[in-house]
Amino acid sequence: MAEMINLTINDLPVTVEKGTKILQAAKQLHIDIPHLCYHPDQRVKARCRICSVEVVGKKRLLAACATECWDGMEVYTDTQVVRDTQRGILQLIMADHEENCLTCPRNGNCVLQELCSRFNIRRPNLTHVGKAIPIKTNNPSLVHDPEKCVKCGRCIRVCKDVQGIEALGFAGRSTNLRVTTPFNDDFTNTDCVLCGQCTVVCPVGALVEKDDTDKVLDAIFDPKKTVIVQTAPSVRVALGDAFGLPDGAVVTKKMVSALKMIGFDKIFDTNYGADLTIAEEATELIDRIKNKKTMPMTTSCCPGWVNFVEKHYPEKIAHLSTTKSPMSIFSRIAKTDYAKQENIAAENIYSVAIMPCIAKKYEAQRPELSMDGIPDTDAVITTRGLIKLIKYIGIDFPNLPENEFDNPMGESTGAGAIFGATGGVMEAALRTAHEWLTGKEMPTLEYTPVRGFEGIKEAKVNLDGNELKIAVVHTLKNAALIMDKLRDGNCDYDFIEVMACPGGCVGGGGQPVTTTFAATKKRIASLYSIDRKSKLRKSHENPYLKKLYAEFLEKPGSEKAHNLLHTHYVGRKKEFEFNK
Amino acid sequence: MIEDSSKFELTEELKASIDKILVEHYHDFTQIVGILLDVQSKIEQHYIPKIVACYVAEKLPVKLSVIYDCMTFYDALSDKPRGRYPIEICDSIACKVNNNEFLLKTLKELLGIDFGTVTYDGRFTIEKVSCFGACDRAPAVKINGIVYGPLKTKAQMRGLLEQFV
Amino acid sequence: MKEINYITENFGKYDVFSIDSYMDIGGFASLKKVIAMDTEDIATLLTTAKIKGRGGAEYPMGRKWSQAHAVDRPHHCVVCNADEGETCTFKDRELIKNDPFNLIEAIIIAGWAVNAEDGYIYMRAEYGSLRPRLLNAIKQAEERGFLGENILNSGWNYKIHLYSGAGAYVCGEGTALIRSIEGKAGRPRMKPPFMKQSGLFSRPTCIDNVESLSIVPHLLRDAKPYMEMGQGDSIGSKMISVGGNVNRPGVYEMPFGMTVRQIIYDLAGGIQGDRNIRLIQFGGVSGKISDSRVLDVPYTYEDFAKNNLIIGSGSVLVIDERTSVIDFLRYTQDFFLHESCGQCIPCREGNRHIRIFLEKIKDGTYTDEDIKTMKTFAKVMPMSSLCGLGETAQNALKSAFEIFPEVFTSNRQKSMEAVY
Repeated sequence: MAEMINLTINDLPVTVEKGTKILQAAKQLHIDIPHLCYHPDQRVKARCRICSVEVVGKKRLLAACATECWDGMEVYTDTQVVRDTQRGILQLIMADHEENCLTCPRNGNCVLQELCSRFNIRRPNLTHVGKAIPIKTNNPSLVHDPEKCVKCGRCIRVCKDVQGIEALGFAGRSTNLRVTTPFNDDFTNTDCVLCGQCTVVCPVGALVEKDDTDKVLDAIFDPKKTVIVQTAPSVRVALGDAFGLPDGAVVTKKMVSALKMIGFDKIFDTNYGADLTIAEEATELIDRIKNKKTMPMTTSCCPGWVNFVEKHYPEKIAHLSTTKSPMSIFSRIAKTDYAKQENIAAENIYSVAIMPCIAKKYEAQRPELSMDGIPDTDAVITTRGLIKLIKYIGIDFPNLPENEFDNPMGESTGAGAIFGATGGVMEAALRTAHEWLTGKEMPTLEYTPVRGFEGIKEAKVNLDGNELKIAVVHTLKNAALIMDKLRDGNCDYDFIEVMACPGGCVGGGGQPVTTTFAATKKRIASLYSIDRKSKLRKSHENPYLKKLYAEFLEKPGSEKAHNLLHTHYVGRKKEFEFNK
Repeated sequence: MIEDSSKFELTEELKASIDKILVEHYHDFTQIVGILLDVQSKIEQHYIPKIVACYVAEKLPVKLSVIYDCMTFYDALSDKPRGRYPIEICDSIACKVNNNEFLLKTLKELLGIDFGTVTYDGRFTIEKVSCFGACDRAPAVKINGIVYGPLKTKAQMRGLLEQFV
Repeated sequence: MKEINYITENFGKYDVFSIDSYMDIGGFASLKKVIAMDTEDIATLLTTAKIKGRGGAEYPMGRKWSQAHAVDRPHHCVVCNADEGETCTFKDRELIKNDPFNLIEAIIIAGWAVNAEDGYIYMRAEYGSLRPRLLNAIKQAEERGFLGENILNSGWNYKIHLYSGAGAYVCGEGTALIRSIEGKAGRPRMKPPFMKQSGLFSRPTCIDNVESLSIVPHLLRDAKPYMEMGQGDSIGSKMISVGGNVNRPGVYEMPFGMTVRQIIYDLAGGIQGDRNIRLIQFGGVSGKISDSRVLDVPYTYEDFAKNNLIIGSGSVLVIDERTSVIDFLRYTQDFFLHESCGQCIPCREGNRHIRIFLEKIKDGTYTDEDIKTMKTFAKVMPMSSLCGLGETAQNALKSAFEIFPEVFTSNRQKSMEAVY
């Protein structure tokens, strides 16, 4: 049993496990010590110092986020010195902060704004020292506004410790300290793969996604356009967070109602695209095994991962499955088969995708994912963007009535739903591949070896005597480990699923800023419960999918399917290439 | 003006000497600061151009952001080109109270340059630095690692500069 | 009283590039002695001599070594902090320049005393010209079997690595220093974990200043003269660097107990042009200040503490009447504004705004509110900043509040008179 220790905070006694930090101990007493650089999923930085508290017997204040409690400790969080420190730090930040809250994308959910309001920081009594710094926006996904940065370093930590990319880092010293890319390059010129994790952890408006909500509203108001929308599997389990519902609440049907109220003409489901992806990807896998093509095959539905391979392992792009992502498959079908069925010209269909991801914004504008110059997906909105739209329309989300997706592309299986969790694509693919290869259903549909939050999961699947060695990976730091193995020639997997974000899309870079590992785990559980409750749990059983193949695409892997549902990748060149 | 750093050419010769420096440091990324100091000393303008930083990052290997952070954090490393003989003027309190202002003014006059500009022949730039531990020779300057001081008269300074002709 | 030669005994006595010439004057005798000693006895010797860390933190060295030895984790290492960056501090430079072999011997002894596998020297880039002599000393010591494998047949292996700083004052702070050796920008991290538990490369680490280490071989050779010097708990001698507006700036070794007057007027030859003293700063730029009222205070840890001063790095910066108090404070603040690593807000932004307030005081454009805010920041900033730099950056200002209150008065006329 853990050793317990006793201490007092503001004279209130509390008992905690040894190793507990003051910040958490205070939480037990329902005291919220202010904090800015602290993030529950990150190593302690103790950099902002706003959580400083007084401890009896110590000459200096201690950082509550970093200091472990000891037995008999006496902590005060509300003395004059602590108050002067907290207020002082906020005043110091504000003197170097672009104060235009009204035009800030984080207005209303900004940690700094909240703290200033809590500590009653109004007119600054210090000389304003902030300087104008150009905003970095030269890419489809990410906006970096250094003037709003509080230099807490959360983004750097996530970029390094979770993703292993280190595109963002500190530079300079003292008042020149800044968070930046090397040589202040545009993100597209750096190692950045636009996963967007930095935009989730940023406490202020310094790192945010490119906002395309206005573009969508313009399309909705355009009478010529039929605006259809698809929602990614992980949005429905994250959206509720922003409206006071418990973490991981399944709000699929309320979300559909909200989308109808916003004014979309048809509400469809990316899960349908996911089922199609499985049909194609399983076929591709079987083909690669049977015809001894490039192995192992890796998934390709995660755009951060695809960017990662193209940028960091350009010589390995042949391992990526050529099957398009669910979003892009959906959009292509929408602008071909669906357009034909409904008798709408493809250019009059405006395809919007609600994604938990900002790299999808990059994917949407890839030239290989367009027809005659018209992009398959016209606009990508993140979960955060959808929250914004819901608030803009003035919808009382928690009390909305429930509604169903439209047909035909709103129909999906449980296999499509679990796409949003790490291991989900693998599990869905196995359900189909196993059945197609062996003619028999998987012995257990719920294939647990690929579930869970572990960074790299491995398993061996028995396919009628043939053993398939699989790996499931999330976060790019772990992906790099696998890719290095592959590069060194000692990677004996057959099929690898990679998702760039921790926990998969449920922890994606476009999810609400309240996202933590704890919330992500709850969302994963919710996705599995959606699957469990689904009548159809294998992608190839989706009735509209069957119909689509029968009437339009012939069969999975057909030439037509290849033309419409597969893509290719381009290894990217670095600014400087040093051959040897 | 100081030459544009984007035009810097990474010659095969420089590549070879960087490779040698990396070997001397056992390709040990923890020695990055020492490596960068050595590399910088091989470059006439005493700075680390972007292309060189990328080369070191790839060959060491280490993340470019680490190199950029070090380059901008440490005073002894520069991301901007300097003169062949960068004159570092100590700006510590010991030097300040010994009238380093006169030293600075006179140097500017003699060279006809200011901070951020280089002499017409690319030879000198001037910059202020924090204390370099030569307070017994205040007011002092340092040129390519060697301390000169105390420099109290114009004649002394002219004599110093003439050494680098 | 005059200058003495205990720590500086070897200065000029041998060829700094020749181990033979160092051994001719008794070099490495202390190491040989130590290999036969119990490690705890070495720490006890340091404790008896009451040696406090001489980089500035003044931590008892004997206690540090015995604690470091006691840490039950493998791969101990020793770090020699040769990154003296305090303004007007250049004693370590003289020690490395004139007695490099003694320092190497000391680092080996420290390694033995704390059971380390590696020793590191982190030397500031500004002393780059001294690198060859240290590298040579390491190489020659390896050739003679004082470094490397099975040192003096003791079965103990130990290596010394020389790392270079690159011009960052903050890297004199222990955690920043180790980050710099680890190949990162030298930004301090928070403690715990403490160095002795998890320092350089997460190994148990014992960091000592050049001067602290340099004493050890001398002490092992003959402790008696050292123990006879000084007064009270301040035993022995100390290297001091005197600079500013004195006639003979330089490094001097003197016994503890000399008065400040003797230091300034006897050792350093008095003030340039016989001017009056405006103020004196002790212990480097992070030290506290006073004026001529402390001239007769003996230079000991106890007397300095009584007068709200610190010995710190052992520097004595004398400023004459040509420089005003406010200009001095502005210079100090400029230094910290340049040298703050920038990661924690109280230090980065606090320094910047205190600098602005000082400017306002100089210009006479301040309000009473400004003085109040400045005093609040000068108080809370050191209390809440992450590392020692932020903690000590306002030492000069805070002592100025006490010594020169007239500068900060709300009576603008009086303040302006005081300023000029």
